[in-house]
Amino acid sequence: MMMTGSCDQASVPILSLRNICKRFSGTQVLNDVSFDIFAGETIGLLGDNGAGKSTLIKILAGVHRPDSGEMDVDGQPVDFATYAIGRARNYGIETVFQENSLGEQQPLWRNIFVGRELPNRFGLLKIGEQKKVTMQILRKYVGLQGKAINADSRVSTLSGGERQGVTIGRAMYFNARLVILDEPTTALSLGEVGRVLNFIRQLNCQGSACIFISHNVGQIYQIADRFIILDRGQVMGEYRKNEIAADQLSNHLLQLHNQV
Amino acid sequence: MNSLLKEYHLQLGITVLLGCLLALFALLSPQTFLNGRIYLSFLSTIPFVAILALGLTLLVVAGELDLSFPSVMAMSGFAFVESYLHTGSPWFGFALALATGGLAGLINGLIVVKVGVPSIIATIGTQFFWRGMSALLAAGLARNIAVLRDSSFHHFFVGRLDGIIPVQAFWCLGFAILFSLLLNRHVMGGNILFVGDNIRAARLNGINTDRVRLLLFVMMGLVSAFVAVLISLEMGNWWPTQGEGYLLLVFAAIFIGGTSVYGGRGTLYGTLIGAVIIGIIEAGIISAGYSGFWTRVIHGFIIVASVSIYALIFRTRR
Ligand SMILES: Nc1ncnc2c1ncn2[C@@H]1O[C@H](COP(=O)(O)OP(=O)(O)O)[C@@H](O)[C@H]1O
Ligand SMILES: [Mg+2]
Repeated sequence: MMMTGSCDQASVPILSLRNICKRFSGTQVLNDVSFDIFAGETIGLLGDNGAGKSTLIKILAGVHRPDSGEMDVDGQPVDFATYAIGRARNYGIETVFQENSLGEQQPLWRNIFVGRELPNRFGLLKIGEQKKVTMQILRKYVGLQGKAINADSRVSTLSGGERQGVTIGRAMYFNARLVILDEPTTALSLGEVGRVLNFIRQLNCQGSACIFISHNVGQIYQIADRFIILDRGQVMGEYRKNEIAADQLSNHLLQLHNQV
Repeated sequence: MNSLLKEYHLQLGITVLLGCLLALFALLSPQTFLNGRIYLSFLSTIPFVAILALGLTLLVVAGELDLSFPSVMAMSGFAFVESYLHTGSPWFGFALALATGGLAGLINGLIVVKVGVPSIIATIGTQFFWRGMSALLAAGLARNIAVLRDSSFHHFFVGRLDGIIPVQAFWCLGFAILFSLLLNRHVMGGNILFVGDNIRAARLNGINTDRVRLLLFVMMGLVSAFVAVLISLEMGNWWPTQGEGYLLLVFAAIFIGGTSVYGGRGTLYGTLIGAVIIGIIEAGIISAGYSGFWTRVIHGFIIVASVSIYALIFRTRR
């Protein structure tokens, strides 16, 4: 890779994957996947349903363990034997999963802090503080237009867009250095999609990286700096934005789809 | 104020129900219900159901059930009396009872969490197993421990404070406070709520769901053993069918209290009041001059009515 001297800082990737393989009960879901992610960039991850996108990001997030392969964070190797969601969060890797990761019947202040509560030394929660932060997140990322949403509101009373706002806001709040968004816009209105894309731009400005998964090539092309195409568990293409036009990208995906 | 009302409407409702029942009984039989003695008698009997129900509430909130606790009571109660009768040390017996209950809980937990058997089925199985095992080991015979009646051990668990107030009521209060803190204020409580609400979401948020559920099954085993010791002491003996009557009473207390059978939501205060409601009905009916057979009818009515109201409030219809 060509780098000018002034970019040396950024030449150590935040995260780098090498030869990641994963099988689920005999099916090869990921086959030798390798790529790097640098600070301040957004990667658009594309591929058909079942290509292995979610499985791949779940390995980064600490949900699944790969069968083989390596991962470095800031150039330091990660030990998959002890890697888990809590560890990923400590590295600043925040994930908005494709499936629901909220507790429907729980108040928002519990959902924001689940898995990383603020306990005092007896393990008792600092509920007041958690509620305060929750309100900040709601104001900043969810938008409280007229609706009576507060830290005590249950998730079940929120709309789809508001829920997505909560999960994204949660990821943004905890100073993430890498935010992974797995099809976050599928159920959203146009305005809500715009909000999500704005969040990603904001993240990049702050020097954080993002992996954005979507079926909407238009959205991905708008927001991402690089595109990685996954097909049946393999990386079938990796492009910078200046190397490929939006319609070429769609055609590439379409071709892969028609090969099946 | 309004949001407080909304948050605690369940607790308020069940308290009003209890108040109405007490008022009704006082109206029907003032000589009994306007006299302190009946309440002292309640304080000696209700804590057993209540402590069991408080422990089981945590398990139900996590989306699990334990139908084996009456048999675990029999087994660990037997461990208590038998080891006491052999060694003369009630504390040793107590420790052995807890170990037995904890082990039984751990076995339930392993079958459910590691093997993957639904808890309702797994604990039906272990319920038979421990009932049979305790009867086998005891050769079907009861054990008398009336000699413990004047011991400090007895006073510590089921004595009468100032010769009046049953000590088990304080144990019950202690469990209620401890479990409330655990569920509502502690990190563990949040984990329990998420495991019951949506176990996949809990996992995606880094909760060790296996550990949470294992701990809860062990906790329920320990609670069963503790209550078994208390009951053996209170009654002065152990018998092979000990604990058998508690299964339905305990579940009734939990569901009258407003805890969701689907998991993810529950109130220990509701359970406590539920246990009191279940506990006072029989006395209320009999002292009003009706046949004891009415007890079951009224129990049944109140259970169905309260869970129906909850179903309407929470729109759980599928
Ligand atoms: N937990 C799992 N157990 C077994 N198979 C799985 C699991 N998760 C995903 N798969 C399978 O792996 C393949 C890739 O799935 P996924 O990563 O979700 O694809 P994508 O997100 O690209 O649509 C699919 O065939 C899916 O059925
Ligand atoms: Mg997916």
